[in-house]
Amino acid sequence: MSHADHASAEDLDRHQTEVAPGEEFAEEDIGKGIRGYLIGLALATLLTVCSFAVVHAKFVWAPAVPVAVIVFAIAQMGVHLVFFLHITTGPDNINNVMALAFGVLFVVLLIGGSVWIMSNMNSNMMPATPPSSSPQSSQPAMPMTRPMRH
Amino acid sequence: MSGTASPAWVTALRGDPYHLGHTRDGHGESRATGRGTGGPSPKRIIVAYGFWIFILSDIVMFASFFASYAVLQGGVSDGPTGPEIFDLDRIAIETALLLLSSFTCGMASLALSARRMLLFQTAMAVTFCLGAGFVALEVMELHDLIQRGAGPSRSAFLSSFFTLVGCHGLHVTVGLLWLLTMMAQVLTKGFRSDIVRRTLCFALFWHALDIVWVGVFSVVYLMGSIT
Repeated sequence: MSHADHASAEDLDRHQTEVAPGEEFAEEDIGKGIRGYLIGLALATLLTVCSFAVVHAKFVWAPAVPVAVIVFAIAQMGVHLVFFLHITTGPDNINNVMALAFGVLFVVLLIGGSVWIMSNMNSNMMPATPPSSSPQSSQPAMPMTRPMRH
Repeated sequence: MSGTASPAWVTALRGDPYHLGHTRDGHGESRATGRGTGGPSPKRIIVAYGFWIFILSDIVMFASFFASYAVLQGGVSDGPTGPEIFDLDRIAIETALLLLSSFTCGMASLALSARRMLLFQTAMAVTFCLGAGFVALEVMELHDLIQRGAGPSRSAFLSSFFTLVGCHGLHVTVGLLWLLTMMAQVLTKGFRSDIVRRTLCFALFWHALDIVWVGVFSVVYLMGSIT
């Protein structure tokens, strides 16, 4: 294979190489990069304002507020990943995305599993007895974990 | 079916950019780096990938703090509850500071890749000021709580709250020290490749801290303020 042939093959392969996490491919153009960060900043600000507004103003049905806040938070994390950390679904990013997917799996298992198990145990617990008859009632013996009230 | 003619689905898989089956255009392996015949990836990619793995493990650690907070949230032990101690205006300012610092940190990354020293140092200095403002507000908040007798030993809820928020604040503080180090190193040693790699890792760290803060202000402060 001649050298020129090899060089052209390298050019062909450029879009198939890897990209480090946090790095945009071919970001020689600084103006284009600023535009991406500005879009990310605008979207993140919008989502933050939305989640604060949902809690402050009472225009959302009250039991739906936590769900709305969580949805806005997940959306904002996605905005950060795409526009600030430059995680894409492109072939140059596949290693980064696989590692991220593994991390997300762990996070979901940890938080979801803990909340599920502990709320199940809380609902199975006997209600706390009022500290009236026992002699050591000067210190109210409340259980450390009370069932959540919402 | 003859031996030479390929079935239709083989044609459809040709030129697969994801390199499933290690073939490119149906013949031979890709000469792209990090794919076997192309040799190892450049050090810049390997370093950043390793740091990405560290960040994900850090996020898993934060997830365990989030889980303990979610579990212990109801254990107020007759102490102050969330709506009594959370000041959402202060949290909104903190959020704005950290989000803007993430943006200026992105500007610093762009200046770094364009090798523009003045822009880089300016953006990093602004990032430091915003981050320091965030840490100052958070220290004030936690100090106020301890002064009011709502310290981490008051209840299970406050223990988990101080652990989660304090651990994030500690990360931001360490990030601020790292930021100053990178400013000094770029200033004295220039845009050397190892210095650029370190700064790339710092930018990853800073953006990841902002992602964790999104979880903190949503789960702890906003959802904790709903009565």
